[in-house]
Amino acid sequence: MANERSFVTISVVSAQHPGRARFEALLAAEEKVEPADWMPEGYRKTLIRQIAQHAHSEVIGMQPEGNWISRAPTLKRKAILMAKVQDEAGHGLYLYSAAETLGITRDEMVRLLHEGKQKYSSIFNYPTLSWADIGCIGWLVDGAAITNQVMLTRCSFGPYARGMVRICKEESFHQRQGFQIMETLCRGSAEQREMAQDGLGRWWWPSLMMFGPHDSDSTHSDQSMAWKIKRVSNDDLRQQFVDMTVPQADYLGLTVPDPELRWNPERGHYDFGEIDWDEFWAVVRGNGPMNRERIAHKRAAWYDGAWVRKAASAYAARHTGQVG
Amino acid sequence: MTYSVPRLPEEPDPDLRSKGSRRVSGWLLWEVFIRPRRGLHHVHAGSLHAPDGEIALQSARDVYTRRGEGVSLWVVPSSEITSSDAADAASLFDPTSEKPFRDATFYQVPDEVEWL
Ligand SMILES: [Fe+2]
Ligand SMILES: [Fe+2]
Repeated sequence: MANERSFVTISVVSAQHPGRARFEALLAAEEKVEPADWMPEGYRKTLIRQIAQHAHSEVIGMQPEGNWISRAPTLKRKAILMAKVQDEAGHGLYLYSAAETLGITRDEMVRLLHEGKQKYSSIFNYPTLSWADIGCIGWLVDGAAITNQVMLTRCSFGPYARGMVRICKEESFHQRQGFQIMETLCRGSAEQREMAQDGLGRWWWPSLMMFGPHDSDSTHSDQSMAWKIKRVSNDDLRQQFVDMTVPQADYLGLTVPDPELRWNPERGHYDFGEIDWDEFWAVVRGNGPMNRERIAHKRAAWYDGAWVRKAASAYAARHTGQVG
Repeated sequence: MTYSVPRLPEEPDPDLRSKGSRRVSGWLLWEVFIRPRRGLHHVHAGSLHAPDGEIALQSARDVYTRRGEGVSLWVVPSSEITSSDAADAASLFDPTSEKPFRDATFYQVPDEVEWL
């Protein structure tokens, strides 16, 4: 791959840099790398790509849930859902700030997202068809996100790790409100239980896909592990998530849609079936149920909001004499 | 993953070295400081973009204090902050380690002497 070749070239050149020894020493000592420190170009690029994708995921992730704000079953649920969606906007902002410390502007990241040159988590390319889906997103999708983000609090890049600490504090509210929606449905009428089961049926596998390809197929994982950007492998994180979540589904009386799922006492973990990797790659390639709609909506919101940004700049220029 | 979507062979490698100043749509970058409680210092919490201080304050409230994180906010344009250079860290901060006599534990106090 062209990318890998250029990466190798950069590594050879930067191997000469005196900052490299200090960078390696920071990593070895479990100290954080800060924006002003020298870092290999590959490290910087990998982080920009990952943090930008993470930020975009938070922002695009508002759409599937925002879809239900006006239809939440009670005023209390509506208030909770609005607070949750507002948190996700905040997460996006913390992460854009973290990425900016690496020398990319927010305008640039937004442009790359709008042009399809930077992605966001594939999970947000699935539709929210019923109220149970809002429960499933909080319970499963935020649950999977927490598993991943707790790991990222130990990431070697300071601004990213600090952002994760703040985000993780807020995520547990997200997961609990989702679980509570599921619990309420499961204690309700037969129709409501069916709705909950249908939601789990559709969200289970995409949630497992959130952890990415198998370690054996994950080409860039080794380098990310060596740089301590990533601390736990995809398969290990996925296993953690399954082990935590299956007993919760049991408690709810719901059936996880995997005939191969069973407790393995020897391993001390649940065994589970194979992900449909064709579906996984199709969604990554842009052919999921909602890919086009999500970006179209995002672009429309950006362009429709242009007048607000212009008005704020004009107001600031008039009142402070700053060039807006 | 989660937040590192697998790379496709055809994925472009955009030139990420942004040109020009660190402004979004002409907006300044502001650093946000929060005083958690009365009697404590304002502590750096993060940054945001805004066209002026007034909007920066409103945004800081929305972004950084949704859960009672503070009782007071400062916003400062990032460009107004002068910071030390990481490369100068050794010359700036290392000499303190040669002056252990600045620390109370450097001095031996006889056991029978009190209130010292
Ligand atoms: Fe989030
Ligand atoms: Fe969340």
